[in-house]
Amino acid sequence: MSLSGVNTSAAAVEVTNLVKKFGDVTAVNGIDLRVERGETFGFLGPNGAGKSTTISILCTLLDPTSGHAKVAGHDVVKERDDVRRNIGLVFQDPTLDVYLTAEQNLRFHAELYGVPRDVMKPRLKQVLEMVGLWERRDGIVQTFSGGMKRRLEIARGLMHSPRVLFLDEPTVGLDPQTRASIWGYLDQLRQAEDITIFVTTHYMDEADNCDRIAIMDHGQIVAIDTPTQLKAQVGNDRVEVRTPDNTAAAVQLAERFSVDATVVGDVVVLSVPDGEQFVPKLFSQYDGTIQAVAVFRPSLDDVFMSHTGRDIRESDAPVRGMGMPPMMGRR
Amino acid sequence: MSQVTNVTPVEVLIPARSWKNDLRGIKVVWQRELIRFSRDRMRIVTSLIQPILYLFVLGTGLSTITGSLGQFNMRTFLFPGVITLAVLFTAIFSAGSIVWDREFGFLREMLVAPVRRSAIVIGKVCGGATVAALQGFILLVFCGLVGIPYNIALITFVALELILIALMITAFGVMMAARIKTFQAFMALTQLVMLPMFFLSGALFPLANLPTWLQILTHINPLTYAVDLVRRTVFSFIDVPPGAEIFTHGVMWGDWRVPIWAEVLVIIGLGLIMLQVAIAAFKRL
Repeated sequence: MSLSGVNTSAAAVEVTNLVKKFGDVTAVNGIDLRVERGETFGFLGPNGAGKSTTISILCTLLDPTSGHAKVAGHDVVKERDDVRRNIGLVFQDPTLDVYLTAEQNLRFHAELYGVPRDVMKPRLKQVLEMVGLWERRDGIVQTFSGGMKRRLEIARGLMHSPRVLFLDEPTVGLDPQTRASIWGYLDQLRQAEDITIFVTTHYMDEADNCDRIAIMDHGQIVAIDTPTQLKAQVGNDRVEVRTPDNTAAAVQLAERFSVDATVVGDVVVLSVPDGEQFVPKLFSQYDGTIQAVAVFRPSLDDVFMSHTGRDIRESDAPVRGMGMPPMMGRR
Repeated sequence: MSQVTNVTPVEVLIPARSWKNDLRGIKVVWQRELIRFSRDRMRIVTSLIQPILYLFVLGTGLSTITGSLGQFNMRTFLFPGVITLAVLFTAIFSAGSIVWDREFGFLREMLVAPVRRSAIVIGKVCGGATVAALQGFILLVFCGLVGIPYNIALITFVALELILIALMITAFGVMMAARIKTFQAFMALTQLVMLPMFFLSGALFPLANLPTWLQILTHINPLTYAVDLVRRTVFSFIDVPPGAEIFTHGVMWGDWRVPIWAEVLVIIGLGLIMLQVAIAAFKRL
């Protein structure tokens, strides 16, 4: 830690050796973290990994047992109100007043946060337009769908122009299409505003939307990097080649490119460090007919598995349907 | 989805916290209670049913035993207690909305805001008290039917007293609701507290010639002072006929008839104490 405040003020979130214990249970076990301004930062991990506890500390809802955390340059314990003014929150569970209209919910928030009256109206219009709810501003929230409510919560979290927007599992319980649209709005948001987005999720495909991700397990951060780097660390890409004679092809490929080549089903599976660069070499140097080629990068599921030793879905609390077929290999 | 990306965002610069922020906080929490009350017409009507039953069914029924002395009868006697009952029920249920807010997550939205917790509590108490007092005002319409004149001064005094009483009871309710996690638990507690409080307030019977245990229980009940206050005000505007003196027997501390100012002080004092306890409970949330 540098002692001068100059560098630290640049970070949106800065966490040093953070610990949170509930009685005998250590929910957060000494994490360090630095999120730069303007980043979209993903916090990944199964339920019970300590994500929500960490986010609650960063949002001043819980005091840490030990360690320090700063959000937007302010200490989460000593400068609670300064932190609160600078953050927007979208919780895992809905926190709207469903008996009020969309606009009334936002106005309530703006008044409570002390948004100056002259900018209240234009800001209200802007955030509601951003999430596509301006036409529905007079609708009672009770009549809204799950996706609309979530969008409204995002709009509300933005009402006071926060520096950092925290989203705790913003897409949980929503259908895939709505999940995608929520990410669309978030993407649009980070282009439109100077904002840092800090999002927790246990959907691996969503984490790919982030600039950097941290994987949390048992209260500790087990990996932190860009999604691309994390996947690169996991290991080789997988290239699947289909030929008229796979057995012969496997032998030739293994010899010529000195890679592992095995026949799996109707394809030859190769394990190479960089699949995209391998494909041109394959076509120029392979002697024979190639019917099809597919390149698979390691997924974040693989990343999670390699760091925690298990699939994120296995470690997840909700019980899945009994009749589900087992997951088939890597995707 | 890209049509608004080119718009310059409206920058909001929130000024540092000041008492003005806290006042805005109080106001908006208060307004929310009023908006919700006005949306809930069913509640306005249903919470009138119980007071009306007490007043016209119980009052009329008992009058057949006690009889009437001119304009004065059992309904006249019950009226102040019944208005206080309406205020009591509405105030407690308004305070109970905190438990709803907790269950539906909205409480968290308030707790993470950069305003003092006391602003939220005061706003909640003012909002609940306004709603409760309004409910009491509606019952004032029935004055004429129970032998009480529509006198401007009387109605003004009673209205002011109801506001004071509503504030105290809402503070009491918020104090309880801040500690309770589920609505079922809150309902159970209200049954445990509200009905005994009402029955022990002297709303349904005069405080004269009571056995000692009942004497003690009624006199440590804050609501007793509220009912007595309203009743004295009402009775000072009507001629209580000879023979009905027992009905004017109010709160006595030993041989001392507790004066109106002391009753007002009891209500204000208890209200402020309960408000402080409620704020302290909210700070721990």
